[in-house]
Amino acid sequence: MNDDLYQANIIDHYQHPRHYGHLENPDIVYHDVNPNCGDEITIELKIEDDVIREASFTGHGCSISQASASMMMEEIQGKPLAELRGWGKEEILDLLGVKIGPVRMKCALLPLKTLKAGVWGPSNWDGEDADDM
Amino acid sequence: MSEKRSELVKQLNVEEIRRDFPVLSRKVHGVPLIYLDNAATSQKPMAVIEAMNLFYQRENSNVHRGIHTLSEEATADYEAARKKIARFINAKSWREIIYTRNATESINLVAYSWGLANLHPGDEVLITEMEHHANIVPWQLIAERTGATLRYVPITLQGYLDLDKLNGLLTEKTKMFAFTAMSNVLGTIPPVKMLVEKAHAVGALALVDGAQAVSHMPVDVQAWNCDFLAFSAHKMCGPTGIGALYAKRQLLEEMPPFLSGGDMIRSVWMDHATWNDVPHKFEAGTPAIAEAIGFGAAIDYLQKIGGMEAIHRYEQEIIAAAMTALQEVEGLRMIGPPPEDRGGLISFALDGIHPHDAAAILDQDGIAVRAGHHCAQPSHDRLGIEATDRASFYFYNLPEEIDMLVRSLQRAQAIFHHP
Ligand SMILES: Cc1ncc(COP(=O)(O)O)c(C=O)c1O
Repeated sequence: MNDDLYQANIIDHYQHPRHYGHLENPDIVYHDVNPNCGDEITIELKIEDDVIREASFTGHGCSISQASASMMMEEIQGKPLAELRGWGKEEILDLLGVKIGPVRMKCALLPLKTLKAGVWGPSNWDGEDADDM
Repeated sequence: MSEKRSELVKQLNVEEIRRDFPVLSRKVHGVPLIYLDNAATSQKPMAVIEAMNLFYQRENSNVHRGIHTLSEEATADYEAARKKIARFINAKSWREIIYTRNATESINLVAYSWGLANLHPGDEVLITEMEHHANIVPWQLIAERTGATLRYVPITLQGYLDLDKLNGLLTEKTKMFAFTAMSNVLGTIPPVKMLVEKAHAVGALALVDGAQAVSHMPVDVQAWNCDFLAFSAHKMCGPTGIGALYAKRQLLEEMPPFLSGGDMIRSVWMDHATWNDVPHKFEAGTPAIAEAIGFGAAIDYLQKIGGMEAIHRYEQEIIAAAMTALQEVEGLRMIGPPPEDRGGLISFALDGIHPHDAAAILDQDGIAVRAGHHCAQPSHDRLGIEATDRASFYFYNLPEEIDMLVRSLQRAQAIFHHP
């Protein structure tokens, strides 16, 4: 993994987020914030037969939270929910491809937390979180 | 420029001073630490660390309760520190200094003790849009409990208090005007003496939040004629866990206790108690003894290196140089007034770079700044900025460190805009 947080692909996703915006008639809309630093993510999902047909997000915050959302969005289009249910810290860090320290872990994981809470309810985020590492 | 810089550094003997602070010689990510987060907390000189060590090594005991030698010595040192604090801000008497945990607790003490006893429905508490949350939230809670109304003096887009609006907001309904003597976000130094006069003219009391001012400039409570002054030791070379509230003696005599228990009583019966003399009436339980002694040592240190007048002058030159240098950074927007009206801190936003990202890049270069809303969301809201980075200087910062800051910010710009 790369030690330097600010890789070109992270900055690219931050400056040109993929699947950014709103869906027509989404089945799920879910919003969450990181109270420490004010990062915000709202995800919108269209779901058919337990598969994500379309996903998008809006939000603002630091490059790590927004790039993580953008990369996750690319990855989850067309994925069965059953597969996503098992996702945790590892999957997101693989996408980002950089080493994330404890301070920024919450930024990196906010999009996944928002996704899981939106689909399965807030209690389904079992905190693969900076606190529990 | 560089000649002027060395003149500056010589004046205060900064190179020498830096050796008093062990942490300033450490490295971060393999490069020398550049500590520009002094508005959050300052570093501690050996003199303070040693004074606290010495207390624990030689005279650790409780204060005000023992007949034995150790307790006598501890009490004497603990009370000597109080007198140093009183003289430092030119209080009339040591009895006007109450030890607290920090500026926040000092303001809470006034809000809960004076506020609950004196505020009624229809009364108004006036604060300003440039306050730290410590001088906002206690008043929100007390206003809710008493039925009083909380009002705000607006700030202008340049980061000054809107003094035209102040006259309409200070009325005979105003019972308390609480404001900062130096904004921790904008750096603004308001005209304290004049604001206190205006408060008194309508019969209100004036509380000054001195958390930044007392650490960075000369403060004279008799010249200001303020009724209360709140400040923290940790921002002025002292330890965490200790702060002070200055209050005029007469007010302290009239105010009910805040916290209660041991030490603050004169006599206790089954159904009631009477209070100890001020300031002890407001100091319940075993206090932060080593920290109080460390606070005293910090004041000795500040005076030894040249005093607050010299420190303030040095910081004003540093901030002027910093604001000039920061103009070299593309897409950087500074908030707050020009250097002559501010303390030694500067908050800024970078085009297209979130403050946390900028702070993380600076950290890679060993530079510590604060990112966020700095516990002052209302001032950011007013200026239409979500968050900023803040570089805050102290007397041990060198002009060269400004150059490093500028270079590191330029590196951030390159990473984000020319990847
Ligand atoms: C202007 C101002 N007021 C109050 C405070 C609160 O100080 P403390 O956290 O030491 O109580 C601070 C410190 O951040 C400050 O800058």
